[in-house]
Amino acid sequence: MPSAETFKALLRVQDLTREFVSRRGLSTRHLVAVDRANLTISADQHEILTIAGESGSGKTTLARMMLGLVEPTSGHMLFKDRDVSHITGGANRKWFRRQVQPVFQDPFATFNPLRRIESYLYETVGNYGVAPRKTADEPIERALNAVGLSLREVKGRYPSELSGGQLQRVSIARALITDPSLLVADEPVSMLDASLRMSVVNLFRELKARQSVIYITHDLATAYYASDRVAIMLRGWIVELGPVQKVLGEPKHPYTQLLKTSVLEPDPRQKSTERVSLATSDEGSFVRVGCRFADRCPHVMDICRTVEPPDVPVDGRLVKCHLYESQSSTEEAAEAAAPLVASAT
Amino acid sequence: MIAPPATPVTNVAEVRDLRAYYVTETSNVQRTVRAVDGISLQIQEGEVYGIAGESGCGKSTLLKVLLGMVTPPLSIVGGSVHYRVDDRDVDILALSESERRAMRWSVVSYIPQGSMHVLNPVRKIRDTFRDFIAAHKPSWVRQTDEHVRGYLNDLGLPERVLGAYPHHLSGGMRQRVTIALATILSPRLILADEPTTALDVVVQRGVIQLLEDIRARTRSTLVLVTHDMGVHANLANRVLVLYAGQVMEEADTLTLFEQPLHPYTQYLINSLPKLDERAERVSIPGRPPALDHAPSGCRFHPRCPYAMEVCKTVVPPLMEVRPGHRVACHLVNPPNGSAAHAVG
Amino acid sequence: MAIKFASASLGVTRDLLRSSPAFRTGGVILAILLVLGALSFVAPYGQGDRRVVPVDRPPSLQYIFGTTSLGQDVFWLTTYAIRNSLVIAGLAVIISRSIGVLMGSFAGYLGGGLDRTLSGFTDTFIVIPRLPLLILISFMIRGALNIVWLGVLLGLLDWAWPSKRYRSQVLTLREEEFTKTATFAGMGTLKIILREHLPFLIPFLLADAVSGFLYAIGMEVTLSVLGLSDLGSPTIGTMIYWAGYYQALLARRFWWLGAPIITSVLLVVSMYLISISLGRYLDPRTRLKAMAARSAA
Repeated sequence: MPSAETFKALLRVQDLTREFVSRRGLSTRHLVAVDRANLTISADQHEILTIAGESGSGKTTLARMMLGLVEPTSGHMLFKDRDVSHITGGANRKWFRRQVQPVFQDPFATFNPLRRIESYLYETVGNYGVAPRKTADEPIERALNAVGLSLREVKGRYPSELSGGQLQRVSIARALITDPSLLVADEPVSMLDASLRMSVVNLFRELKARQSVIYITHDLATAYYASDRVAIMLRGWIVELGPVQKVLGEPKHPYTQLLKTSVLEPDPRQKSTERVSLATSDEGSFVRVGCRFADRCPHVMDICRTVEPPDVPVDGRLVKCHLYESQSSTEEAAEAAAPLVASAT
Repeated sequence: MIAPPATPVTNVAEVRDLRAYYVTETSNVQRTVRAVDGISLQIQEGEVYGIAGESGCGKSTLLKVLLGMVTPPLSIVGGSVHYRVDDRDVDILALSESERRAMRWSVVSYIPQGSMHVLNPVRKIRDTFRDFIAAHKPSWVRQTDEHVRGYLNDLGLPERVLGAYPHHLSGGMRQRVTIALATILSPRLILADEPTTALDVVVQRGVIQLLEDIRARTRSTLVLVTHDMGVHANLANRVLVLYAGQVMEEADTLTLFEQPLHPYTQYLINSLPKLDERAERVSIPGRPPALDHAPSGCRFHPRCPYAMEVCKTVVPPLMEVRPGHRVACHLVNPPNGSAAHAVG
Repeated sequence: MAIKFASASLGVTRDLLRSSPAFRTGGVILAILLVLGALSFVAPYGQGDRRVVPVDRPPSLQYIFGTTSLGQDVFWLTTYAIRNSLVIAGLAVIISRSIGVLMGSFAGYLGGGLDRTLSGFTDTFIVIPRLPLLILISFMIRGALNIVWLGVLLGLLDWAWPSKRYRSQVLTLREEEFTKTATFAGMGTLKIILREHLPFLIPFLLADAVSGFLYAIGMEVTLSVLGLSDLGSPTIGTMIYWAGYYQALLARRFWWLGAPIITSVLLVVSMYLISISLGRYLDPRTRLKAMAARSAA
């Protein structure tokens, strides 16, 4: 659908930071969940950007900020060139939510178990004025068809009567009703059985025709399969950002390398015998000076313990690591951070 | 790669044609959930035996029965579960509750799903270990701390976790502490229920490592129940594939992944994405049936692309098509005769 | 919409009558009381009529509940008392719980400064000593205090504690994922509170309503016994007052005291039985289990 608006970027996240302060007795603890994140989603080309990381990486907080559910402590977020970091006013919020819609992790928690499932679809149509009541069935049927379902199948049913996979599809359909430019999916398949996951992930691949998708996950295999670019997060930082074949195919950042070797491939012929060593607790790494991966990094140097690593462009991607410090140039920096201009496969 | 045990093989546990159903009544509606509907298997000493299946396949119920935890509304409708203890065959279902409790943790131990939430949040780890040992191995009580420290050292877990409360530890560390707790009495058989689910990628690797180390050191047998085929590929010697309360296929891991015979197994394996591959993966349409009104005949037939008429009416018998490879499928074992002999 | 509600209520009632002995018992008692209350509309005497029958007669075939020292038929007096007490308590409950649910829900859902303001206001109300205040007010406006105003007054003083509880429930519900879904579906605050959260609040609301009802009855009796309410109108409380004024207990005219006391006991017991059975039936957990059972059948 041709858009009458022109803007420089669909979503631009600039130095976005979210800090949590907890007071325990007399001491105060600052937890920087997301630390100066920078991302851009292009206006010209739809893409699927994965934000991958383990628990505590900040990916969920970043996703919630993108949805406007949490406000940043500092930094900016621009959607279609408008500053949406702190949205006030019903009209503004509605403008934003019409175009940025979520898909949540737990399909059974996404819907009120006491309401019939189609009521959410009708609500969305009515509240955003997508169609008048008489013809409300049309956009709903279209959205459901896009996810492989039909109104007849789901009408009159309660969430408990559908499977996790079906519920997740309905959740996606509901998000599609307003024809949003951006879908933010927070671990959309992690609660589904392994064999059902691919059908939903395939769905995201198909949806790329009409919307961009930000896909949050800890599952690198589906990330590799579905996305164009990937951002690896560690303790609030984006430590590697670039095309998925590069980042996951030949990871440069030691953390990404660790993630890749840790993945349990479903293939007995490819068993890895490398051993990993795990941290005892998470607390220290959040407040450390220097690189947050220093205590686990096999290539750690002295500088890593005192100075925060810069974002270095390496081989078409950005890597936050001292190892590659000398290899940069400003052109490479711009290219590495940019969204892809041609779709990759 | 863990070497499968050398012959001769003894069976640590044997399940024969087990049927376990839940019968409930809510608002005047009676439901019979046939969670385990005719499962037979043998677990060999020293192996890692994987049970693969999605939610609703009956694996949790199977585990409960293996542990002898059969309380209403669950009841055993048929079949048996035998353990080999000190050269005797023990039918766990024939024992009294106190006898079963004696078997738990010393003969059979259990690592529950969501283990990280099992630890008592108001007790230090050290005290949790003490309570556990006092309850199950009183002869150790005097030297509890030494035993525990020694065991943790052997497993490569830092001693300082003993002085911590559960919430001080990361999720992965809690999981490993729970595993240590479940295995400190060197049980012969360890049942692990989804030990890696909901854990981070790197932590999963650590947990798998730990389970390998424990098994190697204590020479115990590990039964791994999970829907994650990656875990089976990396850890199991043999894998049993369950669907809707019945066995679909069983083979050693390499064979199962290279030459899966049952359509469900094929789809299960082919639908999984692999790192370094972006080719289109296809998923199985439909979803597992509710266990209170399962399809007639072969329970997979509504979703099977090769379903034939006979599949809708006749339950395919579990047959051994090659030594160590059992399949229940009419496509593999045509109903009108072949050399394969039925295995119960 | 009203038709749907009516037919749904009928279905619920039928279900409950079938499945719950508590509901049957409570329902029967309450039904009897309601019938008695309705009979007041066809009473042969007016509410305030006195000296219409011989005084101080014990119960007999002619006067089933006996008569009072003021020449009133205790039976018909009781029917009026039931009607008026129900009106007072009904008004009080409707007013107090409506305010309570809305105040608590808005404060809990919106949070922030609004929550602080509303909660501060609520806390002030909680601290007010209600009985002394009621005594003071009724003393001041003695002449103008009739049944309806008493009900409204009681309602306006009883919303504070309940609103705190609804607020805490909504605080939890707000964090549920489906609330976020509702937000992204474009639903406004009021709609979310009424359509998403209220169904979960209903079991609690029912129990709470009963407690509110009983509070109102109790307060009315207290005020009346102190001689501070509308003594010309028969209510449970005023009957007790007049019986005490004429020393019915000393004179062993138990029927005059007995009628209101037994009535109030029956009212309390029946309301309690109905509320617990209804609450259990409407509890989301049992509903979900029943749904699961039905969908599998």
